[in-house]
Amino acid sequence: MDLTTFLIQCLNALQYGLLLFLVASGLTLIFGIMGVINLAHGSFYMIGAYMAYALSPVIEATLGGGFFLTLLIGLALAVLLGYLLEWAFYSYLYNRDHLQQVLMTYGLILVFEELRSLLVGDDVHGVQIPDFLSGSIPLGEVMSYPVYRLFVSAMCLVLVVGLFYIFNRTRLGMMIRAGASNREMIQSLGIDINFLYRVVFAAGFALAAFAGMVAAPVSSVYPGMGNEVLIICFVVVVIGGIGSIQGALVAALLIGFIDTFGKVLLPEAAGVLVYLAMAVILLWKPNGLFKAA
Amino acid sequence: MTMVNQKAIFVALFFLVLLAYPWLDGGSYGIDLVTKIMIYAIFALSLELLVGSTGLVCFGQAAFFGIGAYAAVLLSGEDGPASILWLLPASAGAAALYALAVGSLSLRTKGVYFIMVTLAFAQMAYFIVHDTPLGGGTDGIYLYFRPILGEWLVLDEPLVMYMFSLFCLVGTFGFLGVLLRSRFGRALAGIKENEQRMLGTGFVTYPYKLAAFTISGALAGLAGFLFAVKDGFVNPELLNWHLSGAALVMIILGGLGHLRGAITGAFAFMLLQEFFKSEAIFGEFARHWHLGLGLVIILAVAFLPSGLVGLPDVLRSRLAGSGVVPLKKLPEGGR
Repeated sequence: MDLTTFLIQCLNALQYGLLLFLVASGLTLIFGIMGVINLAHGSFYMIGAYMAYALSPVIEATLGGGFFLTLLIGLALAVLLGYLLEWAFYSYLYNRDHLQQVLMTYGLILVFEELRSLLVGDDVHGVQIPDFLSGSIPLGEVMSYPVYRLFVSAMCLVLVVGLFYIFNRTRLGMMIRAGASNREMIQSLGIDINFLYRVVFAAGFALAAFAGMVAAPVSSVYPGMGNEVLIICFVVVVIGGIGSIQGALVAALLIGFIDTFGKVLLPEAAGVLVYLAMAVILLWKPNGLFKAA
Repeated sequence: MTMVNQKAIFVALFFLVLLAYPWLDGGSYGIDLVTKIMIYAIFALSLELLVGSTGLVCFGQAAFFGIGAYAAVLLSGEDGPASILWLLPASAGAAALYALAVGSLSLRTKGVYFIMVTLAFAQMAYFIVHDTPLGGGTDGIYLYFRPILGEWLVLDEPLVMYMFSLFCLVGTFGFLGVLLRSRFGRALAGIKENEQRMLGTGFVTYPYKLAAFTISGALAGLAGFLFAVKDGFVNPELLNWHLSGAALVMIILGGLGHLRGAITGAFAFMLLQEFFKSEAIFGEFARHWHLGLGLVIILAVAFLPSGLVGLPDVLRSRLAGSGVVPLKKLPEGGR
């Protein structure tokens, strides 16, 4: 493998890892703070991707289009949907056994998949890359790298920095961290835990949907895309340590690199590598790499 | 009449109905469907031993199912029918061996981490079958001859297959019933209730959990064997995590902590699927059968916290007018 190929694969791995982090961060927070095993998290990613596909023609027709406008409207819708879902379904799950949560969120996966099938159909659809991002940057003499992928990584990096700032430097972040370590205590300190839950849930939904929206032009949208992401994100969450956002970042990048380079170097074993890594890590550190806050 | 007797009579009646079913219906579609459901019920029972009886949530049960199925096909050869007498134990044994290996490693972790490690090992088995030529890759492989036992048990005949599956289901149910009432089963119940206290009273819990895990793997392998023989065909999807998930949904839907819950759940889950897939009832909309199934599952969580086996209790208290549903377990934590 020459240096250029190596560099390209590193960029791909970084982009994949960062996207995984966006989905997994919501999953780890929802589990860490609310104690809910959310199997439907992959569906949020799927909903985001299909929003990117379905919204852009609508916005083109009504508001004259615009890539960023579509992203913004999609994000707003995702926050709203997350808020409503929490109110309608998840708020009843906090006191329940984990396995009840598994059952209900499994039911939600089925419902989301069928609603998707009813509204958009079962075909694979491509999503257009906006014109100003559709070029590619030459690397070396024969290879080049698409600008859009760089843009995805950059967007994700901005979000990661923002997320860490909120988490570590703001009052809201402090409440979230406190909630993850002891929810009864922060209730007794007079913090409205219901509101906190709703904020975290809506944010988790929005992050996953955002990841889906920006990934859609690269991966195209297809049935079952949510389930693929779900399992790999659970891998990320447990490797990183449940509830730990730093752990999720490290684990997501690790999985991104293992998966990308596995596909290049050992194509016949690529599927196994991620799970092998997870098994080894968990046998070495049974509670994940980072212990939760 | 005591409650225990009442339940035993219900279970016996249920098995009798299954025994009589081929003569009540007689259609080949119905016989094939109920055979499949009984095989899934055995699969659900194998998981119930871990999740409901020991408190170990395994998310990789499909691997043992798939290994049992693949072993049945790979070991039976192309020269003539193999004998059930050795093929069945060999298939279940292959699954048990893998379960022993997976269990010995994954039992070092706990809770959600255990769920994920068992998933990881199942995914490994899935990708090995999926990506290597060993099992025919994504296309799967055909079973050339269905196994036989002497001249009187030939599994080519759908009715014989039905009866053999029923025999295995009743056998598994009886075996687990006896096992859970033994000293070993009591130890598992203790581990589920409070493992720390079990350790405190001097039980080394690890071998008990490992034994439960291995037995569960063997029973899942038995179900896989039956499935391969019934369909005459195996493919990697038998090891897919969707199947592990479906088994979990079956036992939770039926009601954890009861063997009859696993069977109830398997039947309810499969029959609901069949109902929502029925074009006679839903017409065009039958294509979207997941929607109805998903909604029923959500409603079940909302209104039947202790599963379908808790339904009589719920109805009884509704009729008595108290409206209070007796919960076996107090909810953990609080909002």
